[in-house]
Amino acid sequence: MWSRLVWLGLRAPLGVRQGFTSKADPQGSGRITAEVIEHLERLALVDFGSREAVARLEKAIAFADRLRAVDTDGVEPMESVLEDRRLYLRSDNVVEGNCADELLQNSHRVVEEYFVAPPGNISLPKLDEKEPFLHS
Amino acid sequence: MLGRTLREVSAALKQGQITPTELCQKCLSLIKKTKFLNAYITVSEEVALKQAEESEKRYKNGQSLGDLDGIPIAVKDNFSTSGIETTCASNMLKGYIPPYNATVVQKLLDQGALLMGKTNLDEFAMGSGSTDGVFGPVKNPWSYSKQYREKRKQNPHSKNEDSDWLITGGSSGGSAAAVSAFTCYAALGSDTGGSTRNPAAHCGLVGFKPSYGLVSRHGLIPLVNSMDVPGILTRCVDDAAIVLGALAGPDPRDSTTVHDPINKPFMLPSLADVSKLCIGIPKEYLVPELSSEVQSLWSKAADLFESEGAKVIEVSLPHTSYSIVCYHVLCTSEVASNMARFDGLQYGHRCDIDVSTEAMYAATRREGFNDVVRGRILSGNYFLLKENYENYFVKAQKVRRLIANDFVNVFNSGVDVLLTPTTLSEAVPYLEFIKEDNRTRSSQDDIFTQAVNMAGLPAVSIPVALSNQGLPIGLQFIGRAFCDQQLLTVAKWFEKQVMHVLCKKGEKEKHYKRKKITCHLTIHKSEGPVVSSHSMT
Repeated sequence: MWSRLVWLGLRAPLGVRQGFTSKADPQGSGRITAEVIEHLERLALVDFGSREAVARLEKAIAFADRLRAVDTDGVEPMESVLEDRRLYLRSDNVVEGNCADELLQNSHRVVEEYFVAPPGNISLPKLDEKEPFLHS
Repeated sequence: MLGRTLREVSAALKQGQITPTELCQKCLSLIKKTKFLNAYITVSEEVALKQAEESEKRYKNGQSLGDLDGIPIAVKDNFSTSGIETTCASNMLKGYIPPYNATVVQKLLDQGALLMGKTNLDEFAMGSGSTDGVFGPVKNPWSYSKQYREKRKQNPHSKNEDSDWLITGGSSGGSAAAVSAFTCYAALGSDTGGSTRNPAAHCGLVGFKPSYGLVSRHGLIPLVNSMDVPGILTRCVDDAAIVLGALAGPDPRDSTTVHDPINKPFMLPSLADVSKLCIGIPKEYLVPELSSEVQSLWSKAADLFESEGAKVIEVSLPHTSYSIVCYHVLCTSEVASNMARFDGLQYGHRCDIDVSTEAMYAATRREGFNDVVRGRILSGNYFLLKENYENYFVKAQKVRRLIANDFVNVFNSGVDVLLTPTTLSEAVPYLEFIKEDNRTRSSQDDIFTQAVNMAGLPAVSIPVALSNQGLPIGLQFIGRAFCDQQLLTVAKWFEKQVMHVLCKKGEKEKHYKRKKITCHLTIHKSEGPVVSSHSMT
């Protein structure tokens, strides 16, 4: 989805971004390193925000690990319960549309018929380039 | 009038005993009185009154649209409603007004139903308590029922009357509270892992989850595309069938709806005898955490079927213990993908940062989502990482097939309907519920309900009895895929057996007031073999 850019520290009015003490594993399993945290935050464009959130993720992963006990040799993955059915295709006729005005109304920033976005292709800085943060 | 079933009210409207406008006014006034439950996020008063006016005209001209004409209903706030704010109980969509109606909403409106409002839920339908939305938690109307309060007075430690209020269950808690408090006759919920059946069991309602593909998901803000289904909450099975009849059917806007011919309208036959029926009791559902009251009711229900001539057998769903884990992985993965659409650009909340698109997206999402949603997005992204994809996501998809096959095998061996508990216990107090985090609670509370979503089967939760604390307990029936009518027929028979004992004792009535308001529910002790004491709406 989003290209892999480096994270830009958000020091704006919204509050300081919570960070973590060191690059070393904060607690326990060793699975969630700072690199993984950074990587996930970049991919999701959602931040952890606190150490509790990282701990929750670790618990979630430990929970998911229970799946390893199941023997799935020769089993095909199931994507949909309706996999045995044919997908219905409707005829290729235009039946609705022309609702640009309605759709534009929901956006906060619009110029004529365009949605306005901030400039793209700007890198976000890495974790250690940020200024010191508060810890939760 | 407010305590009647949908069918009874519909008949009353047709006979002119009451007009849609009067009915609408009554419901609106009750909504105001029960505001403390926090069941509604938006009350669409003007819209409802206008619809009531139109319905009244139709009735005057003898042109009613059907059983749902003039009936007040409520819709969960993750269904898009044209011109009415749809928030999913999240900051991300606060102030968002969809330009279209969800197909199920449109179908109800086309039948003349009156839209009372949008109900409260967990944020983006993630949760099992209806406690995590930005508009606050929903209170279970049963917290204020006479039975419950009387039981609590027996407890010397009960203090302030309102601090012990109970959760409704989730995530369609607002819809459940709205129906249970008589502010509407039916409500739409959504069911991804039990989100309709769980609050139905806690609020003493019928919570129906249709087969995946029977009802259109167009307009339902998606959580897990391969498991979401719109759910129906009503006070009796017959009402659920009426609503299902209006909603079921293919939709060209939702390619996951099936185009097989469906028996419409959904008139449920009355089952005369159950001797040809085979009920399956999955043994893996007997878990240590199951409360003894629920277990005893489950066993009594099985005995009831047997005593009436049905074949009741124990069956095995061997992968049951893994289904909640599998659900957790698949759910978070699909959530990570579905929540990616919320970037602030075309709709929803947008932050003030303008430095770059990435920064804007990130800040918008941080402000818009709460911890639960963010946690699931991050977990989902973790499971979808290149190095984890095979071990977690694909593995979970394989386990999903095993679970779905378990059900297929059981149904192929001659079982018609499965009978299981819906929840581990009755509704718990809010203060108790919040001691654990959302994910832990979901993994505990969804245990009986989510396997059904993974297999795409229909299921229904029926209120069976009141617990020792005076709170409702429900049991779940699971049917074969696309055999929703058969499932509801069996459920209706069972409901009748359970109610049969009640009705012998005469009228039961329920008033609703609060503070100057007390809630009355008359209790009837039964002498029958089925249940010890219950009083239903």
